[in-house]
Amino acid sequence: MLSKAGTRLMQGNEACAEGAIAAGLRFFAGYPITPSTEIAEELALLLPKVGGKFIQMEDEIASISAIIGASLAGAKSMTATSGPGFSLKQEGIGFASYTEVPCVIVNVQRVGPSTGVPTAPAQGDVMQARWGTHGDHPVIVLCPSSVAETFTLIIEAFNISERWRIPVIFLMDEVVAHMREKVVVPDVSRIRLAERPRPQVAPDQYLPYAAGEDLVPPMADFGSGYRYHVTGLTHDQTGFPTTKAPEVDALARRLDAKMKRAAPHVTFVDELLVDDAEVAVFAYGVTARAAAKAVRDARAQGLKAGLIKAKTLWPFPSEHVRRVAERARAIVVPEMNMGQLVLEVERASAGRANVVGLSRVDAEPITPDEILAKLREV
Amino acid sequence: MAMPVTHYLRTSKMPHIWCAGCGHGIVLGAVLRAIDSLGLDKDQVCVVSGIGCASRAPGYLDFNTLHTTHGRAIAFATGIKMAKPELKVIVLTGDGDAAAIGGNHLIHAARRNIGITTVCFNNSIYGMTSGQYSPMTPTGSLASTAPYGNIEEPFDLCDLVYAAGASYVARGTAYHALLLSKLIAKAIATEGFSFVEAITQCPTYYGRRNNMRSAVDMLKWQKEHAVPVAAAAKMSAEELVGKFRIGELGTRTRPEYTGRYAAVIEAAQKEEAEEDA
Amino acid sequence: MRKEVRLSGSGGQGLILAGIILAEAAIHDGHEVVQTQSYGPEARGGASRAEVIIADEAIDYPKVGTPDVVLVMSQEACNKYARRVKRGGVVVVDETNVKTVPDVEGARVVRLPITDIARHEAGRQVTANMVALGALVGITGLATPEAAERAVRERVPKGTEDLNLKAFRLGMKRAREALGAT
Repeated sequence: MLSKAGTRLMQGNEACAEGAIAAGLRFFAGYPITPSTEIAEELALLLPKVGGKFIQMEDEIASISAIIGASLAGAKSMTATSGPGFSLKQEGIGFASYTEVPCVIVNVQRVGPSTGVPTAPAQGDVMQARWGTHGDHPVIVLCPSSVAETFTLIIEAFNISERWRIPVIFLMDEVVAHMREKVVVPDVSRIRLAERPRPQVAPDQYLPYAAGEDLVPPMADFGSGYRYHVTGLTHDQTGFPTTKAPEVDALARRLDAKMKRAAPHVTFVDELLVDDAEVAVFAYGVTARAAAKAVRDARAQGLKAGLIKAKTLWPFPSEHVRRVAERARAIVVPEMNMGQLVLEVERASAGRANVVGLSRVDAEPITPDEILAKLREV
Repeated sequence: MAMPVTHYLRTSKMPHIWCAGCGHGIVLGAVLRAIDSLGLDKDQVCVVSGIGCASRAPGYLDFNTLHTTHGRAIAFATGIKMAKPELKVIVLTGDGDAAAIGGNHLIHAARRNIGITTVCFNNSIYGMTSGQYSPMTPTGSLASTAPYGNIEEPFDLCDLVYAAGASYVARGTAYHALLLSKLIAKAIATEGFSFVEAITQCPTYYGRRNNMRSAVDMLKWQKEHAVPVAAAAKMSAEELVGKFRIGELGTRTRPEYTGRYAAVIEAAQKEEAEEDA
Repeated sequence: MRKEVRLSGSGGQGLILAGIILAEAAIHDGHEVVQTQSYGPEARGGASRAEVIIADEAIDYPKVGTPDVVLVMSQEACNKYARRVKRGGVVVVDETNVKTVPDVEGARVVRLPITDIARHEAGRQVTANMVALGALVGITGLATPEAAERAVRERVPKGTEDLNLKAFRLGMKRAREALGAT
């Protein structure tokens, strides 16, 4: 059944698939891997109903490659995987970043490294999402903490990717992916969708990597009359390879500046009771749910606690952390890893608040009581 | 009327990166004459490549061109063909790109019988990285990573791709350039997955190490070792040792993948319409 | 209000479907819900577990801690989960499959021959999950019978609605009788 407006019980992976279609997804290539497989299954069923295409490729690398190809031909494209497959996709993500091909890469995190515990949650891929490819380039990483948020945030992922011509990594966790929750599905025809900027000049005037004021070069679809070249080699404004120092430098700096330009439009953070918080929690994904409960429990016990819930992990919402750190004496960062974003929180708070990590790596989610205990301790 | 090959070239991107004596220019010329013979609209042709000497070809071509990651050209091409089945999608690849790192994509594209034409520039060596052995390097040949002689057996790429399910498989050489062009034209005109192995010479990194110092020596070798399929059919196995067949090596009619997927869309939309009703 | 429910037994008993239907019924009643389940190869044949949280307000932490209501449909599940129940809670035991019930302090234990009811009265053993769901609704009022019946009708395979509803109603009726008797 295609998304119809109304209230439904929906699985996280299902919300990811249906939200993606609502966002305009028309091409998906993937390879089965727990705990992301339901996304592929759902899209195999739903995409042809909207005239979209689904293909199960021979591996993860083929999947990321195919979605980049389809995007160049004009289709909004996505792949979905989990940790081991996400590692395999890195070279392709780097290619899409450098060639500025819009696409969405879903990674449903599970316990790792290696095969780990495929059916259990973790948040170990936060740094891989940021730094997994070789070379140096910015990325955007979004992270939902509920099924309803998965539906709305995956739409943002597509809008951002198209608008800014940048691959967006959608970082879920096993709990959010597999649980079912109530989702109020909006009227899909009323969802605001962004499209990639298209060339406004004749084909013989088209410079595929010449960007205007917003630093985003207009993008022509293959087969639309604009014959141009796309290469993973360092390229100049014409799209052809260059090794000239000023041009190599210009590309790297434009990509970075474009990200900075995009940052205010792509940074999503929910704040809960932070205005007078003496202690705060910084959390994301399913852990933010436990954190919200811990913060309310702390308030009930008279402790002025607050929560920064990050839905955008990269670019890192430094400004939100800095503001809270001005007042709070401590920020607790619970993560299902040995401490990844805690380092960024530390950097952003720059000594204003005491930043304390809370790690859980036993394949179980962090509980509200664990966070509450830490809040009382700091 | 036939157009000169320059009609299809981005001449402003010349000179090309290939060495003197390299056969890739001849193979590329055969590709362009094939495209010309079919009268294809340049806007409707998409040329995709991976990494390696052969894979630099698209940069010189006036089509929709995509130079991807090592080995993955066919996977990128699969996405393009799925999204826009009306495009003629042609992959230009080398023997390392297609048979080593990209081998899995090659056989799966053949198995799906997706409407992509792959031309493999087989020069038996990794030229871009200066002469390491590839899955197509003959046994006993010298390479920078086989200083004592290659102890591996090469693939018969055409047999491999045909066994995997391709609709059209052929082999030509740089020496037999006119034949090669005809084979490529038939490949492009094929609805399903088509594959042409073009045997070409790398005097710089293969010939010099293997007693063929010049391009002429290597072209002579191609001439002397190629056996047209019709002739090969009359020869014994012993007579064919050390030789290779050229011409059309396999043709069959099978449903093409994007056509099959169009039927999936039709069925799914019919089902959805019935559910709504 | 936040009620936590754990449905436990073996793979193949349809407990995950029962959990989903319970969650959908609660949505029909206007509640917030979260449904989770145990994953992995063991879910097919070995132990199986589905959990549902039903609340009036947005649900922060989505995992079940100590449940208010526990259903045990196998001896293994009973041994593992029967005593992990909130004070004042309910444990519903399928006495067809569970022969020994440990002492459960501070919670009511309701025993019903759930699988036998499915097999002999509803007519198909596979409807044991619907009998169990009916029993849970009958005993706990976690969902209104109307919402639960609607959810059953919408979720079960086409053509099996009547069979499943019959099983659901049998479960509800037998549970209420059992309550009356205690």
